[in-house]
Amino acid sequence: MSRWSLELVLDPVACDGRGVCAEMLPERIELDRWGYPVIDGAEIPPALVEHAVRAVRSCPKQALHLVERAC
Amino acid sequence: MSLTLRQSAARAPRATTRLLHGLVGGSAPDPGLETHLDRWGGLHHQPNRLIEELEASGLVGHGGAWFPVAAKWRAVAGASRRRPVVVANGAEGEPASRKDALLLLRAPHLVLDGLALAASTLRAQQAIVYVPASSMPTVEAALAERRAHGLDPIAIELAEAPDTFISGQESAVVNALGGRRGAVPSFVGLTTIRERGVGGRPTLVQNVETLAHVALVARFGADWFRGVGTAANPGTMLLTVSRPGGPLVVEAALGSSLRAAVGLGEDDLDRTRAFLLGGYGGAWVSPRVFAELPVSEKAARRAGATLGAGVIVPLPRDVCPLAEMADVVRYMEGQGAGQCGPCVHGLAELAESMDRLAYGGRSAPHPDRILEICTLVEGRGACRHPDGVARFVRTGLGVFADEVASHQRRGPCTQTRAARVLPVEGQTAARRLVSRA
Repeated sequence: MSRWSLELVLDPVACDGRGVCAEMLPERIELDRWGYPVIDGAEIPPALVEHAVRAVRSCPKQALHLVERAC
Repeated sequence: MSLTLRQSAARAPRATTRLLHGLVGGSAPDPGLETHLDRWGGLHHQPNRLIEELEASGLVGHGGAWFPVAAKWRAVAGASRRRPVVVANGAEGEPASRKDALLLLRAPHLVLDGLALAASTLRAQQAIVYVPASSMPTVEAALAERRAHGLDPIAIELAEAPDTFISGQESAVVNALGGRRGAVPSFVGLTTIRERGVGGRPTLVQNVETLAHVALVARFGADWFRGVGTAANPGTMLLTVSRPGGPLVVEAALGSSLRAAVGLGEDDLDRTRAFLLGGYGGAWVSPRVFAELPVSEKAARRAGATLGAGVIVPLPRDVCPLAEMADVVRYMEGQGAGQCGPCVHGLAELAESMDRLAYGGRSAPHPDRILEICTLVEGRGACRHPDGVARFVRTGLGVFADEVASHQRRGPCTQTRAARVLPVEGQTAARRLVSRA
């Protein structure tokens, strides 16, 4: 049985450290000392999916992505 | 697997000197086509068989990543219906590496044979040889000879690699050759260069030494290739060893003693404070660890190091390792692509911290603070540049723990002003010494 999981993937080139994502999803995203997101790459549980989608949509640089992976 | 490829006219070399066969000893070897054909015989393209033969040979890439060649070729072949682009990567960014330059200067046809084989096997749309300015003349002459004899299935194009540290990174190669990836060199996790590279086509970027090995596997077969080395580590690799008289390129059987391969005796080990393996993105090891290592990437990784593209720099005892490191980190900071925040900010902080540790007396930061910065940059760039610098710093702080403690207590040592062993772009070191004087 294959299963799918949702993960956050950051494009480090597009990201310029605005930090909006960390406000939207503090459960999974922290900012480092320079203001760039450090992302917990673990699977996004159903309860967090809506917040994750909001974090992705709110990135002004479109640097954050939700990726579906087989696991 | 039995040898199914047609045996070429020339005799297969039995010794561990393969790529350097005919190139070592005597007067300057002729890089011309006639000498090449005398030495190796002609090339027979058998596109349906080569990938299997490469798989049986166990050949891995020698640009530093050690990825199995057959698997990479299969990934490119299966990536899309579009015909791929194949690239011979001769951009040897590591300042202490010379093996690719040597091959391009002395055996350009062996490299070009390998690229032509990749082109025919993968039915490539385009074949490009990407080399620094210093290698352009010999490669250009070799290409002219091949054109005159109608040697290659498609015309091989020549492109100049910029003279920078990261110019050989796969993503930088694709960018330089007009990849349609915008500013994004390799968007980790989504599409790869193998799927979408130069011109949006599937792209094979293969180091020139690797392609030279391919040219020999195509001629003499997988069984011959495995005749040297061990079952787990078959074949040979080129190593560049820094020496007081200048860099030395040697060919070593995989699995053999690294120390014997580079010809270092007890005296040499006694004179050496530590070895840098794998270049400026590599790792420091003590002479004791070095002496026990085989020529094997797996063994190197178990020891927390990497052989990378085969760079070995013995650091003598009469220099300040921290000053050497500080200058390299400053150089590496300047060599970044400047595209990812954590790399830009992190390498700047690392360079500043290493500067204060090496030159700054009592303001020297605690090594734990420096290790924290390493952790903050690791795995957070679009390419491997920050990871390499972090490994260089992390392993150096471990191997040079005594010097770190002494610098923290007493400030810069008497050797801080000694001439530098590790080459960096001309003025970095000199300028720093002047400004601190």
